[in-house]
Amino acid sequence: MSLHKLVLIASLVIFGIGTVWKISTWFRYSVGPQGSRFSMSQRIAAALKGVLASLFSPKVISAFFADALFQRPILREDPYRWYMHMSIFAGFAMLFVLHALDNYLMVHLYNGYAATLNPFLFLRDVGGALVVVGVIMAINRRFIRKERRPRTSSMDVYAIVMVALIILSGFLLESTKITSQAAFQRMADEYTMGGTDEDIKALEAYWSENFGVVVANAKVPYSAAVLAKGKEVHQANCEQCHAAPVWGFGGYAISVALRPLAAGLDAARLPDILTWVHYLACLFLLAYLPFSKMFHMIASPISLMASAAMGANSDPANVATRQMIELDACTHCGTCTMTCSVAVAINEFPNVNILPSEKIRALKKFATGADVDDKELRAIQQGVMLCTNCNRCGLVCPSGIQLRDLWFAARERLLSQGVAEPNLLSPLAYYRGLERENIDKDQYQKPLDAALNVMSGPKGRPSDAVVKVGEKAILGELSRSIQANSFSNCYRCGLCTNSCPVVRNYEHPVEELGLLPHQMMHAIGLRCWDLVFNSRMLWGCLGCYQCQENCPQCVSITDIMYELKNRAISRKNEELAI
Amino acid sequence: MKNDKNVAIFRCCMTSMGLQHYETASNAVLQELGVNFAEIKEFNCCGYPLRNISLKAYLISSGRNLALAEKRGSDILTFCNCCYGSLKHADHIMKENAQAREEVNAALRKEGLEYKGTVRAKHFLEVLSEDIGLDEVKKSIRKSFNGLKVAVHYGCHLLRPKEIVESIVPSQLDAVVEATGAKSVPWVGKTECCGSPLLGVNDELSMDLTAKKVKNAAQSGADCLCMTCPYCLNQFDRIQKRMAEGKRLAAKVPPILLPQLLGLAMGMEPAALGVDANLIPMATEQYLRAANQG
Repeated sequence: MSLHKLVLIASLVIFGIGTVWKISTWFRYSVGPQGSRFSMSQRIAAALKGVLASLFSPKVISAFFADALFQRPILREDPYRWYMHMSIFAGFAMLFVLHALDNYLMVHLYNGYAATLNPFLFLRDVGGALVVVGVIMAINRRFIRKERRPRTSSMDVYAIVMVALIILSGFLLESTKITSQAAFQRMADEYTMGGTDEDIKALEAYWSENFGVVVANAKVPYSAAVLAKGKEVHQANCEQCHAAPVWGFGGYAISVALRPLAAGLDAARLPDILTWVHYLACLFLLAYLPFSKMFHMIASPISLMASAAMGANSDPANVATRQMIELDACTHCGTCTMTCSVAVAINEFPNVNILPSEKIRALKKFATGADVDDKELRAIQQGVMLCTNCNRCGLVCPSGIQLRDLWFAARERLLSQGVAEPNLLSPLAYYRGLERENIDKDQYQKPLDAALNVMSGPKGRPSDAVVKVGEKAILGELSRSIQANSFSNCYRCGLCTNSCPVVRNYEHPVEELGLLPHQMMHAIGLRCWDLVFNSRMLWGCLGCYQCQENCPQCVSITDIMYELKNRAISRKNEELAI
Repeated sequence: MKNDKNVAIFRCCMTSMGLQHYETASNAVLQELGVNFAEIKEFNCCGYPLRNISLKAYLISSGRNLALAEKRGSDILTFCNCCYGSLKHADHIMKENAQAREEVNAALRKEGLEYKGTVRAKHFLEVLSEDIGLDEVKKSIRKSFNGLKVAVHYGCHLLRPKEIVESIVPSQLDAVVEATGAKSVPWVGKTECCGSPLLGVNDELSMDLTAKKVKNAAQSGADCLCMTCPYCLNQFDRIQKRMAEGKRLAAKVPPILLPQLLGLAMGMEPAALGVDANLIPMATEQYLRAANQG
């Protein structure tokens, strides 16, 4: 067996095993808490049932053609990127069918097929040129144009480098073969039946004159008689299977530029070297495909079809599986991050997991049980919490990833693992409350109780402060928003407390809330931080501004409550080491 | 319109939580009223959900939106009380506090933006009452809600703190609703909180507050509650339905969004206003009559 074949088979085996392993993760793991309820075989059975039920539905077929092949979601979002990706995708697809599979597919499809004939020769270069255009556009987007908040990972660089390497080595190979005297000789030996040395010399002169072969020590100019003879031999032996190399326009253009060096390059056997570089680069891309982001070419269409087929009432086993597929479907294009409603918060919380495109990568690690330390886990948890669930990310994802559901699932799983989450005591928990029906009954309240316990201790009259804050820091913080330091104007009339709808809601408000608003203001004046921060009043404040509106002394009570909450949460986050 | 500075619509994060019909209804009514509006795709969250956690993160979020609109020379038009209150409040803080403004601008400069303070955030109700004017609104009314009793619900951030949202007074919503021929009934709690800020944090408390308001509205004899905010709508629709199913409520009062009510009175089809998407259905047709001309 030739070395070529051996490497090919080894790459195919690695690709095959890798793909099977990758697909097995879809059924073995889950993002949310629901996955552990099903065994792997239950998940596979549910998936098969789902696929059979929906494979030929119009929605799924349209998702495959319009969204996966034609990539409508990218077009909607940004025509530049659609053209960029379409160029690479269409170019690569052409090269794969016309060029990579020529011995396996094309020869069977076309009687008398030859890679050197048109339209194949021409189309191969068209495919290559398309990829080159796409890669240049990709480099421009990632490194020159620098769109809003895109992040480039090593995997993104790998993808661009591999594609560029394959295409450039291909074009260079083509160009050095065009000029190569050795390649000419080999082909002449193979294809000119019974030609004399004189015939071959004449043919060489003809090819050198017309097709760019660079002949060492050529006796130029060639005589008209030799060229006429060469043409005769060409017409008899070559023309049927070899179009003029100029049709391979990319390689031909490079070959023209390389002519002065061609003899040396040929002597150094550059075409042979480039053949190996090109071949190995292609096979490396193939073998490594299941482990790289290029796997999206398999996972993205599946994800798009799955999300088209599935609805609100889909089997939870299939939701768990779809979410695992979605992790592989992500191409890290960054569309989600560009549209994210809270991405701007990264200015204040330097945690990349706030950005959806980075969050999904972290979830991949987390879901497949990779080693994630406590600190990283906290960062992921903060990332999934700092989300308004507006679903702008999910609506624009070109791979059809239901991102909001993914965040929701991950959030519930992280919360059920019992790490107290201070951010739950804010409107960031709103969507969770709205979607309460979709959360396990036992799991809904627990994290809220835990958060309240770490923030303000047990219910009832305040004892030792759970949140410790430096006095200077808090007073400094209070002076930041307008008149938040106005607490000292309070003369305890109690109008704030009397106008508070939360206080009014309870028969025994002190038992439920600790300090009431007017007591809160007074306690701040007395620097009784233990009392202030242990009061559940803080976390029961609606922010409705009734108290502030009714205060005859213009104390900014609601603003102060916000400041206190800020202080408590940031302090707790520091303690929890983010 | 009296004020022809164009407005950029601020779409609230809540829209995608089953409230697409709010967007449908507002677009339809704005078009009918001839309001020129633009979309700014780069807008982000108003920052309201971040305020409990970090004043600065909230200010940067709001500030970025204000700066984006400012760059286009637009004002901002919101249909959400919380977006409105947040944008106004941030605008106010950055105008009063140079240090806060500088902190926000330091973050915005990274993407070539700057908050200068020449932009105004407006609520739909404000645009109706001030820019378009009640007379113009009345001219667009083709049908009249005869005998419909409405409990109007202002909510919090449209009205408070008043030194920040000074342009809205708690009679404007009543006036617009009455322009449709409906009657605004007096009821306890029309300017109080709907309970939504604590949904997800303390559901019992949140629902208690909502339940009380529904009860008060029912006692006032109202046929429906009319609101101008997606949070309020969710609370009076989805959460009210949840409470009714949990036997927590004696009587339901269906909610209707202000643009839906207006749109119906303008003669639009309920489907064009997403009225069917409200979970607690309301029979609107029985009240609609051809409006008295003149």
